[in-house]
Amino acid sequence: MKKVISAMLASLGLAWAFHSQAPAADRAILVQSTTSTANSGLYDHILPIFTEATGIAVNVVAVGTGQAIKNAQNCDADVLLVHAKPAEEKFVADGYGVKRFDLMYNDFIVVGPKDDPADISGMSDVGSALKKIAESGSVFASRGDDSGTYKAELGLWKSAAVNPAAASGAWYRETGSGMGATLNAAVGMGAYTLADRATWISFGNKGDFEIMVEGDNQLFNQYGVILVNGDVCPNVKSAEGKKFVDWLRSKDGQTAIAEFTVGGQQLFFPNAGDGAT
Amino acid sequence: MQDFAEAFTVAFGLVGALDADLVEIVVLSLRVSLAAMVVSCVIGLPLGGWLAISRFRGRGVMLVVVNALMGLPPVVVGLMVYLNFSRAGPFGWLGLLYTPTAMIVAQTILITPIIAALSRQVLEDLNTEYAEQLRSLNVTGFRVVRTLVWDARFPLLTVALAGFGRAVAEVGAVIIVGGNIDHLTRVMTTAIALETSKGDLPMALALGIVLLLIALGVNALVMSLRATAARYAYA
Repeated sequence: MKKVISAMLASLGLAWAFHSQAPAADRAILVQSTTSTANSGLYDHILPIFTEATGIAVNVVAVGTGQAIKNAQNCDADVLLVHAKPAEEKFVADGYGVKRFDLMYNDFIVVGPKDDPADISGMSDVGSALKKIAESGSVFASRGDDSGTYKAELGLWKSAAVNPAAASGAWYRETGSGMGATLNAAVGMGAYTLADRATWISFGNKGDFEIMVEGDNQLFNQYGVILVNGDVCPNVKSAEGKKFVDWLRSKDGQTAIAEFTVGGQQLFFPNAGDGAT
Repeated sequence: MQDFAEAFTVAFGLVGALDADLVEIVVLSLRVSLAAMVVSCVIGLPLGGWLAISRFRGRGVMLVVVNALMGLPPVVVGLMVYLNFSRAGPFGWLGLLYTPTAMIVAQTILITPIIAALSRQVLEDLNTEYAEQLRSLNVTGFRVVRTLVWDARFPLLTVALAGFGRAVAEVGAVIIVGGNIDHLTRVMTTAIALETSKGDLPMALALGIVLLLIALGVNALVMSLRATAARYAYA
């Protein structure tokens, strides 16, 4: 008898452990997203509004842009929200995505320690600033992963005609990790780094770091949104996913994005009206 | 050093306020890691017992392999489970990726070698003591394993707790297969990783303190159960 009872208890316990608790699971969509939108708290602000309006719950997996695209190619997403336009266009061209839409933008900034060893504070030409960092051999922390920010950073070095890879491990340090981890490392090492403004403003461990370079057109940071192609990935919840993409681009969605602030500062600027590619 | 003082303040504030989000995360952590521990024991204890009492060609190699698997990197386990459970993978049709079940599977793979290897050692030591007697009573095969496991149940509790400790503390596997989705697959360790990446170090440290307190609580509970049971058994 005792055995039967304990066996029953054990199976009850396991059933509890494995049961899939899913609030409106059938109507929940999965978004593979870049980290800046999640870490800054944007989703905490806009998703409840969307869910209330449509009854569709949204689950967000926040990883670097490269990994997000990879996961979506494996059909582990309904919607992709990232910031690396060429990679996004390739994703659509390869058939994984239905269509890519501009969603919103902000900008990248170069941050660094207050004592500013490369003397770049206040510069608005990011190319010359990077050159000065390289020439002075000041430490620069790079993402060194496959993220949208890293791709943007590589483009900036290229246009500055500097090959930082030659100094890898010396003054150029590739952390191979997310924006937050890289900022933590940069603050720890007193290194310059490139960050998106949303992550920087909502970042809590700034130390004595300040924005050094901002305002260059090259620092423009466009976010795009793509519905994963249901023909390639039959499991995709196309109807619900499309609703989410449409809502983000609608007046309601764009307003919700614009209304999101941290410390009184707007982090993302909606521009879905600017057309699709 | 101010961070530490602040972390303790935040930690006690969190525990004191019984923050609903925190409770949810703690419950999921316990649910996933305890389930992984139970499943690992169901697989690992018989395996450890079998390795303890049987003698066959290649046993030495197998022991080395099982012992080496104790050092499985969580990230590798997470990646393996991801590739299998991804929609593009062989078990994608189950739709288990980014669910607590996937996290239990990953942690089970991670800690089963620990349970098997450590229980093998415990049971083999006990077997040298018991072997003659068991032979004289003509007990063989699986019944030997059952007898050994039952008689070694108290040391094996510690083995199970070692597995639980490894499971509840790892972040590499669950963050890949769970995705750290808010209100769905966020556990203590992935929440700590998230707060760290947000630069909210006091909050991250506070969650770490809470995690330690939970591990302390689970261990204290199991040990007091063990003491009670032992008194009962030897009274």
